[in-house]
Amino acid sequence: MADPMRVRAVENGGVVDVKILMKHDMETGQRKDASGKVIAAWHIANIVAKINNKEVFKGEFGTAVSKDPFLNFKFKGGAKGEEVVITWIDNKGDTRTDKTIIA
Amino acid sequence: MDYKRRHMIKIGTVISLMASTGLISFAQANEWNKAAFDGKSLDDVLKALGSASAEKSASITLNAPDIAENGAVVPVGISTTLPASQLAILVEKNPNVLAAQFTILEGAQAFVTTRVKMSQSSNVYALVKADGKWFVTSKEIKVTLGGCGG
Repeated sequence: MADPMRVRAVENGGVVDVKILMKHDMETGQRKDASGKVIAAWHIANIVAKINNKEVFKGEFGTAVSKDPFLNFKFKGGAKGEEVVITWIDNKGDTRTDKTIIA
Repeated sequence: MDYKRRHMIKIGTVISLMASTGLISFAQANEWNKAAFDGKSLDDVLKALGSASAEKSASITLNAPDIAENGAVVPVGISTTLPASQLAILVEKNPNVLAAQFTILEGAQAFVTTRVKMSQSSNVYALVKADGKWFVTSKEIKVTLGGCGG
């Protein structure tokens, strides 16, 4: 698995605020290396967030999302102590899943 | 007899390995909208998202700075009172206009924030799909240092 992401979920008044910081180079495919060869695009493509095994939020990233992607979303229906599971998969098939307990 | 069986097992393993690597493109295997991400204009992206046009809406808020010092990391957020099922962030002057799109499933709010790369000062569009129709708002973000590394 790739480097871990930092996930924080805080519940307030029925709404869970989830902030995620993923670790990924997010190469656009526009840059060239020292020898002048184009560095191939390499980026997180899909993200899925689940609460109690149910998908609640999904995202598709292109190459224009910044390096070490940050994502913030909110949802209703999660309680303190429950687990939010985040999974991403990149365009090379590498994947990473991390979870956090709603605080 | 023995030799034949071992041979078949070997072939079977090789074939299944071949089948599980790269025969299906990543985009097909994982619902990643390649056509939308290849789009070179707002219209291209809308078409790939299944719509001819998007109606301007005052009910969408694009949370983003007027001036971004670093085009590699521009915080952009969308929030809306519309009953959104999908949100998308587009950067008009980027080589590929669609930066990211999000699906709001049951329970989630019509809200997202992320950080995008902008190659130069440009209009940024927030697209929202609500009740089967696409709506849009835009804002100009000036960039003092371009963000694609080129």
